Amino acid sequence: MNFDSFSDFIAMGGHGFYVWLSYAIALLIVVINIVSPVLLKRKVFSDLARRLRREKKSS
Amino acid sequence: MSEKKKWLPRWFYQLASPRWSYDIMGKLLPGFALVALISLVVGTIWALLYAPADYQQGNSFRIIYIHVPSAILAQSCYMLMAVAGAIGLIWKMKVADMVAKSCAPIGATMAILALATGAIWGKPTWGSWWVWDARLTSMLILLFLYLGVVALHSAIESEATAAQSAAVLALVGLVNIPIIKYSVDWWNTLHQPATFKLTERPAMAPEMWMPLLVMVIGFYCFFAVSLMMRTRNEILIRERRSSWVKELVGKQ
Repeated sequence: MNFDSFSDFIAMGGHGFYVWLSYAIALLIVVINIVSPVLLKRKVFSDLARRLRREKKSS
Repeated sequence: MSEKKKWLPRWFYQLASPRWSYDIMGKLLPGFALVALISLVVGTIWALLYAPADYQQGNSFRIIYIHVPSAILAQSCYMLMAVAGAIGLIWKMKVADMVAKSCAPIGATMAILALATGAIWGKPTWGSWWVWDARLTSMLILLFLYLGVVALHSAIESEATAAQSAAVLALVGLVNIPIIKYSVDWWNTLHQPATFKLTERPAMAPEMWMPLLVMVIGFYCFFAVSLMMRTRNEILIRERRSSWVKELVGKQ
């Protein structure tokens, strides 16, 4: 462990702002890249299911 | 007549089948997701808490654990996009087109991440958020190439035409990849040389590069997960009229 206390860890030797901003942006970008395809998959499935029901009704 | 000689491995031909690709990616996804999750969590804790601070840069050095993996991934993703695009152009393989299309948004966000963390790291280290340096400029061009591919896909109605023009753009832009790689050798630059080289041991201490390696593996697995999810969506959308997709949707 490199830090003596939790406040030391947050401060990052005066570079806290830069370090935490970088890691926050990274987390945001990773989450976007996982969540957006999951949401799209749900939308595709519900759209296709609706289309399928409509086709069954009309035939 | 004997059947046409197959000079490529079997899986290459199977990849041409959207249904086979959809299924195999569904099987591969959980494994990659697990490895990505474990290595990103372990790598981040290691990077933030246990890796030693740099004797010159102090704790701002910890940004390297985001910066280097995202920069490596932005370039690998571009090469994959160009190769998949070329396969789509030559063999008219639809799945390859879908892979190429799915690479673009992930690569663009990785290029943004590499540029953003680079700027944030540059401020305390070089005293400036941005310099018009060869490495930084060629990386910015990489981002614009990704955005160009994304724009082509959204602007052109026909899937086949969009895939063709995006593949040509990706292949032309491929010239930028060696420029990024060698920019630190060819021009005077503030940017430090590569951390990992295939031929040499890293100049960094093992306590520093080991968490970096874990993060690189984590980023690659995360990329595989995101790419496979996007490609599967693309397959569903384009194959929506086929009976296997209807069956799949009916089961849900």
